[in-house]
Amino acid sequence: MFQFCTDPALLSDTRWMLCYLTSPKHIAFYYSFGTVLGLLAITAPCALLLGFGGAVAMRSRIAPVRWFGRGYTSMVRGIPDIVFFLFMPIAVDQAIEWVRHKIKCPDWVDPVRQGNDFVVCDAAKLPLSNASAWVHDLHGVFLAVLAFSIVFGAFAANVLSGAMNAVPRAQMETAEAYGMTPRQSFWRILVPQMWVYALPGLSNLWQILIKATPLLFLLGITDIVYWARELGGAKTSTFTYPHPDWRLYYFLFLLVFYLSLTSVSERLFKRAMVKLSHGQATMAGEAQRKADTNQVTA
Amino acid sequence: MSCWQTVQDYGLRAIGLGERLLPTTDITLCHQFTLIGSGLIWNVYFGAMALVLGFSMSLALAVGKASTNPFLRVPADWFIFVFRGSPLFIQFFLAYEAFVLLPRNGIDINLIFVEITAETRWLTRAWAGALIVLFLNTSAYAGEIFYGALRSVPKGDLEAADAYGMTGWAKFRRVTLPCTLRLAWPSYTNEAIFLFHATTLVFFSGFPAWRQQGDALYYAKYFADKTFNPFVPYPIVAAYFICLTLLLIWVFGAAHRRLNRHLAPESRPRLRMRMQLVR
Repeated sequence: MFQFCTDPALLSDTRWMLCYLTSPKHIAFYYSFGTVLGLLAITAPCALLLGFGGAVAMRSRIAPVRWFGRGYTSMVRGIPDIVFFLFMPIAVDQAIEWVRHKIKCPDWVDPVRQGNDFVVCDAAKLPLSNASAWVHDLHGVFLAVLAFSIVFGAFAANVLSGAMNAVPRAQMETAEAYGMTPRQSFWRILVPQMWVYALPGLSNLWQILIKATPLLFLLGITDIVYWARELGGAKTSTFTYPHPDWRLYYFLFLLVFYLSLTSVSERLFKRAMVKLSHGQATMAGEAQRKADTNQVTA
Repeated sequence: MSCWQTVQDYGLRAIGLGERLLPTTDITLCHQFTLIGSGLIWNVYFGAMALVLGFSMSLALAVGKASTNPFLRVPADWFIFVFRGSPLFIQFFLAYEAFVLLPRNGIDINLIFVEITAETRWLTRAWAGALIVLFLNTSAYAGEIFYGALRSVPKGDLEAADAYGMTGWAKFRRVTLPCTLRLAWPSYTNEAIFLFHATTLVFFSGFPAWRQQGDALYYAKYFADKTFNPFVPYPIVAAYFICLTLLLIWVFGAAHRRLNRHLAPESRPRLRMRMQLVR
């Protein structure tokens, strides 16, 4: 990166450090923070959407849909989320390949599962074996996002269905009294009001989601944990920048990164709560109203 | 080979008893159930030990955080912030790397009269190192729960204690503490469930499984990799964990009933397992 970095062995300590921290691998390390933030940015809306679907399914009048919603929301209650993270990507991958196999190679006679192998015809492989490396990477990221969305969708469904139930019944009755159809009262009364009840749970969920991102490493994605292990490990003098085992410092850096991420988002959620409570029939909203009127009278 | 034989060979494999080699070919359903079940020993060990050790630590943290003395409050605050604000996964890695850096031969601690050597090698092994991390982690989470409960102890109860002339330790032990526990119990149950779930992370995070003695998920992943079929081992882990969760809810429910036994039967709160997201 810098001009003087051509021969690191001759450099002074500060310059050596500067060169070391801007080596191409470190740049990749810094980019992987973007990967994590990108995953958060994609997963959060997906999970919210799935969670909304799950919460709506739980309120459905059709029994099988309701059962599905209940099953989906309660699956994360008894089973560790990491089981899903290990299970989902490989299960979804095999399911997709199996379907493609059935469509693309109908005259294939051998069974798909042969002993300890999962064999599909070449045309059904996903991504195709001749695809370039970035397609494989993208496929991996896609599966990771899917696994995260499904698991956190189940968490979000818990939160949202609780919030829907927390909206005062009188509000919905008023909507009915005005002659709104169930659909209208759902979209115009329930959904706008539920967010203030959902926000504490969603803020918690966001923190959990942040804290689950290092698990990307288990899904074989080159994320920050991967790079911290890779870069921190002891390097012998055959490397350009030899150093002893520095993994401790790299993980300390990750710890600080996560601590700042969670504390910043906690503050943002507190602010959002103040905004959302405005004019709501809750304790916080009432307190705001009283504070405002006091100011006016004073 | 009969299934009973398999159970004898692998039933205690996770703690190093029985057959040494893991099954590699002809993996039957019985193998999977037995080995994954034997791995559950570790999950129960980590979860139960961390809970038992963490209980008093978390109470101390809660009292510290609620204290007016800044020398108690600030460390407790920071401890809770660090362990709740960062991922457990990173904590495991960090602890492992820190333990590895300790000198292999032990640290010589020079007390004035006698010199003792503190063994450090066992810290890099999962049974001790990971347990320490889980203990600190659950202490922080439960500490925050107990802190919240401590702050919502009804004023009337404390005034009644004052009126009876109770002060200091007697007041804390006989009024504040039981009330705190009662208020915190549903959340604490939830924390315990998530702690048991978190124990599955141990063998995926730096701490190596010594002689392939791992937990339930470790063996499930082993089978999923060997058979390339995730649809059998992972549902087995899931089933085991659902049973474990139900057992936990039952145990904590019994404790909850005991904590509320002084109330009139109709006013006793039921331990409603509504999902709270504390972790």
